[in-house]
Amino acid sequence: MLGVALLVFREVLEAALIVTIVAAATRGVVGRARFIGGGIGLGIVGAIVVALFAGAIEEAVGGAGQELFNACVLLAAVLMIGWHVIWMSSHGRELAQQMQSVGHAVKAGSSSLAMLLAVVALAVLREGSEVVLFLYGMAAGGAGRADLLLGVPLGVAGGTAVGFALYFGLLRIPMRHFFTATNWMLVLLAAGLASSAARFLIQANWLPAWDNQVWNTSALLDNGSVVGQALHILVGYEARPAGMQIVFWLATTVLLVFGMRWITRVHAASRAAPAVAPPATA
Amino acid sequence: MLNRICLCLLLTASATAWAADLPEFQLTIKAQKFEPAQLTVPANTKFKLRVTNTDNTPSEFESTEFNREKIVLPNSTVTVFIGPLDKGSYKFFDDFHQDTGKGVLVVE
Repeated sequence: MLGVALLVFREVLEAALIVTIVAAATRGVVGRARFIGGGIGLGIVGAIVVALFAGAIEEAVGGAGQELFNACVLLAAVLMIGWHVIWMSSHGRELAQQMQSVGHAVKAGSSSLAMLLAVVALAVLREGSEVVLFLYGMAAGGAGRADLLLGVPLGVAGGTAVGFALYFGLLRIPMRHFFTATNWMLVLLAAGLASSAARFLIQANWLPAWDNQVWNTSALLDNGSVVGQALHILVGYEARPAGMQIVFWLATTVLLVFGMRWITRVHAASRAAPAVAPPATA
Repeated sequence: MLNRICLCLLLTASATAWAADLPEFQLTIKAQKFEPAQLTVPANTKFKLRVTNTDNTPSEFESTEFNREKIVLPNSTVTVFIGPLDKGSYKFFDDFHQDTGKGVLVVE
């Protein structure tokens, strides 16, 4: 039972942290609950489909299908987060001001929201397909019904609880810094996902590793531990990163930060009325 | 990002060319255990590891020490590229059967 609960917990935790960051980043948006719920629902359906076709996916690209599929899902999420972050850097300030002054929800750009819905769906799909395969194996391998009936809800509840804890922690950030904070979290999330994508491409021999282990901090914090795993998702922490992973992490961070700065500057320059707010400096 | 994808595609061509020359090693998952449980591979050499699952249940070959993870479906074989690694021993496990599925990669 504990084995089932633990594996489910770990997978749910990874997805829950991503969903939490998205939930925080879309604070105050009309219909947010519906589209996050929709993303999770789509992700679960996707997870079952991916698990069903796992064999076909693997054989599709000469025995590297699994790695390429994962890398594509991760890089797609990176692109979508990037889009949202850069869009937010021109609208986030208005969003925060409206929320402070009017005190009710605002309507945000729908294209940017659709992107984040997709990020939620992809996160649930990736982690969920592993859970589906694992549970199928447990059921086929004759695991006790009680193991599954107790272990699965326990794992899901545990993972979700950590997500909620993080969410309510984030809500304590003062409103004027709130979207700056969630934007940074999205940038680091994207950088970490890009680094994971690089790892899959190295594993498939599609990319050179550029040194398999640039440093080793596993004695300090192992990626096998729950904290190490949480930080792996949140900021891309890797106890033994390959050089190529560091390149992907840095490239994503630099691109997004410069993208944000650039858009903010363009937006501030095009603004005529300085009476509303001082120029944004993200 | 597009540049990166192009770069990926370019590197693929060269990467697949190298793949043929790499040494190959074999692991088998049988009754949710690895055979052999200890596999010796050369240091500072990239190699190809084939993992065959002879069980009727899926497994996940994983290592946080040499940073690899791949699902191995029932009655199938997957390939994982590993290394070059420094000398030492690196643990790996079956993420879906952590009680029984344990092994060590000895690099020397």
